[in-house]
Amino acid sequence: MRNIWIICRKELRSYFVSPIAYLLLTMFAVIFGFFFWNSLGYFVIRTMEAQMSGQTFPVNLNEYIIRPLLSNVSVIGLFFIPMITMRLFAEEKRTGTIELLATSPVRDIEVIIGKWLAAVALYSCLLLFTALNFAFLFKYGNPDWKPLAIGYLGLLLQAGGLLAIGTFISTMTKNQIIAGAATFGVCLLLWVLEWVSGYETATWARVLSYFSVVTHFESFAKGVLDSKDAIFYLTVIFLGLFFTTRSMESLRWRS
Amino acid sequence: MIRVQEITKKYARNLAVDHISFEVQKGEIVGFLGPNGAGKTTTMRMLTCFLPPTSGTATVAGFDVLEQPLEVKKRIGYLPEMPPLYPEMGTAEYLSFVGKLKGLSGAELSKRIDYVCERCAIADVKKKLLGRLSKGYRQRVGLAQAIIHNPDVLILDEPTAGLDPKQINETRDLIRGLAGDHTIILSTHILPEVEQTCQQVIIINKGKLVATDTVQNLQSRARGAESVLVEVAGRNGKLDSASIQHRLEQVAGVSRVSLKESRDSRNIFEIESQKNFVRGDLARAVVESGWDLNELRSAAMSLEQIFLQLTREEAASEPEKLAAKGAQ
Repeated sequence: MRNIWIICRKELRSYFVSPIAYLLLTMFAVIFGFFFWNSLGYFVIRTMEAQMSGQTFPVNLNEYIIRPLLSNVSVIGLFFIPMITMRLFAEEKRTGTIELLATSPVRDIEVIIGKWLAAVALYSCLLLFTALNFAFLFKYGNPDWKPLAIGYLGLLLQAGGLLAIGTFISTMTKNQIIAGAATFGVCLLLWVLEWVSGYETATWARVLSYFSVVTHFESFAKGVLDSKDAIFYLTVIFLGLFFTTRSMESLRWRS
Repeated sequence: MIRVQEITKKYARNLAVDHISFEVQKGEIVGFLGPNGAGKTTTMRMLTCFLPPTSGTATVAGFDVLEQPLEVKKRIGYLPEMPPLYPEMGTAEYLSFVGKLKGLSGAELSKRIDYVCERCAIADVKKKLLGRLSKGYRQRVGLAQAIIHNPDVLILDEPTAGLDPKQINETRDLIRGLAGDHTIILSTHILPEVEQTCQQVIIINKGKLVATDTVQNLQSRARGAESVLVEVAGRNGKLDSASIQHRLEQVAGVSRVSLKESRDSRNIFEIESQKNFVRGDLARAVVESGWDLNELRSAAMSLEQIFLQLTREEAASEPEKLAAKGAQ
């Protein structure tokens, strides 16, 4: 436990002493801010139109702003995750510091979990910026906080799975760019797999779309905690980290 | 302290380390000598539990590298060929990170950091970023990292590679100073380094153990052995080099004769002999057989030559063995 914390702290520190963390945070804040501003503007116009035509427009912030925005975050996240994980192991392999970790009295799994937790922590920092925007909704409106909390839980679970996959890919190469590009490809694929369900209802299409990380987020975005989807994400996290330990082991046998 | 038995490492295509066995006693400094690509780094990596051996066993302080790697790792300080530094960390911060990884904490940790900084003469760069340090400092921080948890065994992979002569001397002094408290294995392909710092030498070449001996023994071997160059010419211009070689081999004290050069009617032989007084016998043998002795001079063997000789003998003995098998 102590070793996991040591590795995690070191990893978080190196995110924040290099420009990586600040770059990601800034980019994310700007992009999400733009999304937020857009959907808020659209919401305001719709409400005014409804009032003028005398309709009673159901003013539901959760339904009209939070839910679509959370879905957006889950997709934007796909683009940020490779940038978070690509250096985790690739950098250590390139500079040879992996030899220090591998010859210290710590278990591989402690190193892996420590690094993965640091990546999850950085992703949580990104999510903090979305919370900043949502705080305005709470100041001027009256949204329900429970669906939002469940949405955040879903985002963390989804990112946890993808970050585990990214960590695994990072152990396979010395080159950060390759690790990043491969992770990006996998993230993108796991997103678009869902599209087949749009025109095909055969079993293979249902299976494919089941593997899409985005389909499992829908229930969370609605504010529904569906154990089926939570278990899917937990399985992805477990498998990702498990394959990482295998990959670390095979490194020793091969290199 | 360290016991290695028949350790072997096989990669997909080649045999990097081939059934090597040796032992290192507590408090010794052992030089691991061999040309580049001999398998030094691979052997060290197996001792530090970075690579698992394909077969054979190795124990460090009584713990097996495969069965109890965590116990072994606690007792080993390892400086890889490239010091494992994080460029974005400060020196003190890095040492604190490594110390924690090795299980130190609190007051003990800060005491050890101060101690290794002083010992390795890096106290003046404590606050500097590792990425900004010069090569000499990086090497010393690497060494400080290896001794931070006061390990029983120190494994140093080419600790002086890439340093300037002054830094090399400082590093050697530092290593010699550490010898009392730690058992040290250091690898190198530089012979004088072994002569200066080590008590015991393990020579490997192409993955095979060539010799293990004390430095004194190797040096006296260098003094006792002699290499003589003999140039023989034929009277009538004709010369049968095989028969000359055969004749020279019969001289008492001669251990090896090899034809070095054959030009027209002159042959130059290199003769390795045990004693100092074979030269007269050699001269007589040549003249009595009816050949001319053009030149005869001796060249004392340096440790360098012994090393080359040992590694060469190893290579030469293979085809001989095969030939012997074929003859049977």
